[in-house]
Amino acid sequence: MSNFFTSSIGKKFIMSLTGLFLIVFLIIHLTVNSMIVWDSSGELFNRAAHFMDVNIAISIIEPILAIGVILHLIYASIITLQNQLKRNVNYAALGRYKKRDVTKESNWPSRNMYILGAVIITFLVIHLINFYWKMKFSGDPLLEEATAAGGNVENAFALVTNKFQIWWYVGIYVIGSIALCLHLYHGVWSAFQTLGWSNRKWRNIFNVIGVLISVVLGGGFAFIALFVYIQSLI
Amino acid sequence: MKLTLKIWRQKSPKDEGKFETYQLDNASQDMTFLEMLDAMNEKLISEDKDPVAFEHDCREGICGSCAMMINGKPHGPGKEITTCQLNMKAFKDGDTIMVEPWRTNSFPIIKDLVVDRSAFEKIMEAGGFIDVDVAAVPDANAYPVEKHKAEEAFDAAECIGCGACVAACKNSSAMLFVAAKVSQYALLPQGKIEGVQRAWNMLMKMDELGFGSCANTGACETECPKGISLAHIARLNREFIKAGFTKLAGEKR
Repeated sequence: MSNFFTSSIGKKFIMSLTGLFLIVFLIIHLTVNSMIVWDSSGELFNRAAHFMDVNIAISIIEPILAIGVILHLIYASIITLQNQLKRNVNYAALGRYKKRDVTKESNWPSRNMYILGAVIITFLVIHLINFYWKMKFSGDPLLEEATAAGGNVENAFALVTNKFQIWWYVGIYVIGSIALCLHLYHGVWSAFQTLGWSNRKWRNIFNVIGVLISVVLGGGFAFIALFVYIQSLI
Repeated sequence: MKLTLKIWRQKSPKDEGKFETYQLDNASQDMTFLEMLDAMNEKLISEDKDPVAFEHDCREGICGSCAMMINGKPHGPGKEITTCQLNMKAFKDGDTIMVEPWRTNSFPIIKDLVVDRSAFEKIMEAGGFIDVDVAAVPDANAYPVEKHKAEEAFDAAECIGCGACVAACKNSSAMLFVAAKVSQYALLPQGKIEGVQRAWNMLMKMDELGFGSCANTGACETECPKGISLAHIARLNREFIKAGFTKLAGEKR
């Protein structure tokens, strides 16, 4: 079994499992974020954020999530680097004739998953510094207690909506969301294919699921940032 | 028709190699691509030059010899055809055509357009065969096979081992080839017995020979002259993961 995880399929097996796990996290994250849209007073979002903060199950999953991200990143780097070394001399014709090709060999996201992943991880670092770090550790004047039914909680709503009034900050979120959307467009079906769940029929179903997840997650995160920004302009 | 041909010339495996440009005036749209190369070689021989080395055998799309990259596409333009089936009607008078060998470290160049594809044979030796019930031809009715499985196995068995999948893949992965060979047996009762071990052995051999890993881009499927489906790669993944867990459970097979 030890050489299973060093084999080409074994490494991709880990990529698939961690990738699907991260998608489940993103769905929960988007659900919590959507509270910003449903309730403009911010109470709903503050209560949801407080629930995520004190929930014991979330505290247990958090380090597992971090391990998931790190494994996904490490294995992606190993696989990409190894694959780069398989063709020392590239085709001379590719640059010159590719655009004239009638048949499409493959779509752009599938060939550039690592680049899209690099954009997402850069975004993730910016995101963590601005929100996660402040809410968990350093604190922020904007986070001063807010009143919610059932007690006082941190005012996460104020911190988030304040950040999303800065146009370039919203821009970073839109770029991150587009990268996420394209990454998942290929990633979702690819994960099921690698796990061996696909066949001629299910390939199409996984493709549709992939498009749905990529549009809902990518579009959802971008929409919330834009929603707050546009609201601040009115 | 008049053509400008830019062809990769390399005297030996160790030679650096470079593109040479040739003008061909007597090409016809009724020729196949290989016939056009023959005409060009005749011209080179008459000029006392070294003809371009390229592989060819059956010239009817079933041997898989005629491997070459034409204008950046394995077997040239057109779907599900080999180079020998490629008609010169696909090109226009005055076109420039770029011809290169397969480029991957696992297929070292022998001369010009000829590459050493023995890596595929080494993968076959690792498990591309059936070890059981080989004594006599069994009665046809002794092994009932569902029609859809027989058809799927036959689809996989269409693979001619030309290497276009490896040539088209950005990672130089041989997954489509290995998947076709594993699938071909895994679906049939005789082959199923060793199915899991076969997937393990062939995939491990593929890794060992320096082919890359699959990124599910689907370029191989698009370029495969036999239209082998990615569904076979899913089956290989399935069989290989099964093999991994079987080994984890400490079973021999």
